Amino acid sequence: MSMLSVRDLGVAFGSIHPLSGVSFSVDRGQTIGIVGESGSGKSLTAMSVMGLLPLIGGRITDGNIEFDGQDLTNLPETAYRKLRGGRIGLITQNPMTSLDPLKKIGPQVDAVAILHLEMTPKEARARTEDILETLRIPEPALICDRYPHQMSGGMKQRIVIAMALAADPDVLIADEPTTALDVTVQAQIIRLLDDLVKERDLALVLITHDMSVVAQTCDKVVVMYAGRALEFGTVETIFDAPQHPYTQALIGCIPRGGDGTAKLDGIPGTVPTVMNYPKGCPFHPRCTRAQEICTTTQPEFTSYGDSAAACHFAGVAP
Amino acid sequence: MTATISPLGRFARIKNRSLGALSRTSVGRAFSSWIGKIAGGFIILLVLTAIFAPWIAPFDYAAQDLMNGNQPPGWPHLLGTDEFGRDVLSRVIYGARTSLSVSATAIAISITAGMTLGAAAGYFGGLFERVVMTIVDLTWSFPDILIALIFVAIIGPGLTSTTFAIAIAYLAQFTRLTRAQIVRLKRETFIEATINLGAKPHHILFRHLLPNAIAPVIVVGMLAIGDGIVLEATLGFFGLGAQPPTPSWGAMMSSGTAQLFLSPWVIIFPGVVVAVTVIAVNLFGDELISALDIRERLRGS
Repeated sequence: MSMLSVRDLGVAFGSIHPLSGVSFSVDRGQTIGIVGESGSGKSLTAMSVMGLLPLIGGRITDGNIEFDGQDLTNLPETAYRKLRGGRIGLITQNPMTSLDPLKKIGPQVDAVAILHLEMTPKEARARTEDILETLRIPEPALICDRYPHQMSGGMKQRIVIAMALAADPDVLIADEPTTALDVTVQAQIIRLLDDLVKERDLALVLITHDMSVVAQTCDKVVVMYAGRALEFGTVETIFDAPQHPYTQALIGCIPRGGDGTAKLDGIPGTVPTVMNYPKGCPFHPRCTRAQEICTTTQPEFTSYGDSAAACHFAGVAP
Repeated sequence: MTATISPLGRFARIKNRSLGALSRTSVGRAFSSWIGKIAGGFIILLVLTAIFAPWIAPFDYAAQDLMNGNQPPGWPHLLGTDEFGRDVLSRVIYGARTSLSVSATAIAISITAGMTLGAAAGYFGGLFERVVMTIVDLTWSFPDILIALIFVAIIGPGLTSTTFAIAIAYLAQFTRLTRAQIVRLKRETFIEATINLGAKPHHILFRHLLPNAIAPVIVVGMLAIGDGIVLEATLGFFGLGAQPPTPSWGAMMSSGTAQLFLSPWVIIFPGVVVAVTVIAVNLFGDELISALDIRERLRGS
């Protein structure tokens, strides 16, 4: 059974439905990538899994979220609090502002183990130093005595990862963990996450808009657009034979090196806002292959071996 | 000798800059300008005077010497005597005790209550927030002195009612300020991150929100002590504050009005001390605001 599975998830804020029909599942030792442009509902999916929707005024209207055989959809807040940070860790987008500026690193990381594993402060500190060590942070004891403002972005992101790992979670959700970092540090952090999945047998949900990161690390991929999943499958099938025009376009946006003469393709237009999601296929206004039917009818998923795409023309040669 | 150089060696020097040291340097920076030095020095001097009044004051503040009433400044009464022959200097020194203790106690009560109300309102939001803020704003729509008068009318004159009157009069600004800080901090990523780690509400409020909100509240509290001194003197002047023979700057000025042309020193010296104290408190508070770099955060509320 999957560690975390999301089936046909739909989210509403009042009468607005920013998310619908999102499904994926992830096992131990596996990484699933959720990709899409900004505003496609990736972070909202992560927040739904963490049970944070009530805090921002949203609710789950359709589908369910199952974690280790337990339905989380209607879990009360107090029970959810034990899961958050305990069995499901979340790494946030911006490490620069994810740490309390007034507190030293050590106590901030310790607090997680003290809360979830009921450790004494001493045990928690020993554990913190262990975790920092495995995250390849030099001189953990010294770092524990530092304030966030004394550290670099990459270092802070490692601390944030350490906090997410402190209670030994089963699932780790990384919401664009490298967006705020520079390229060399990005590569380090991604490699680190990849190693952690193998070493600790974690289930990792990697949310990103970077297709090359997905190609490097993920086993499975969900491509999201305008609050919907458009295509999902194993990373090999998605990259070798993408069926959905949006996936094809995203892959076309990856820089490939070479002689430098090839021009990168962009996707014309922008992601529609929640207030004006188009009828029919959400991607049709920007799609090069759009036909009459795309503007009226929402396409169903059609399977192609290991993957499935929601497009009327999937599998039809252009 | 080992040749290994810690890659962090460069930072090791600043590793012990704890929060305590940080705030110490901020207060230190407030003393760095000459305004800060003079204002801060005067405040320290005044506090010491208030604490050690029995040893500093040359005479008993209540000792009457009717034969030597209305003496002009000179020897042995450096600031002269009042109509009952009491030493004005001694009474000013003891008056510092009354003024500072009443004002500081009142503001401490006000800060405690204001922070509790403001933090709860900002954190829980909703109807509770609206009710609290409406009531608090209502107290702000009256002038300070009117609220104080209402309070004195209810409890009766004296130092206790003065203390509570001042505390209520300044409650609104601490509540509003704390609430504004909490509302702003609640949207910060590190609070979201803390929620994501499964922290309980009281942990978030007491360990993360309040410590981050406290600096501006403390500085405004310091400025409010200056206002509190004025309000205490005003009530004293009207005879609603300290009752005789307790020396209070306001009450001394009040008794001096009768002999304004006969012995002006009775009203001038306490008046000058009130004015200088309030100016010093405000100037030092200003320096502190610059030193802590919180002017923007104060303007927000």
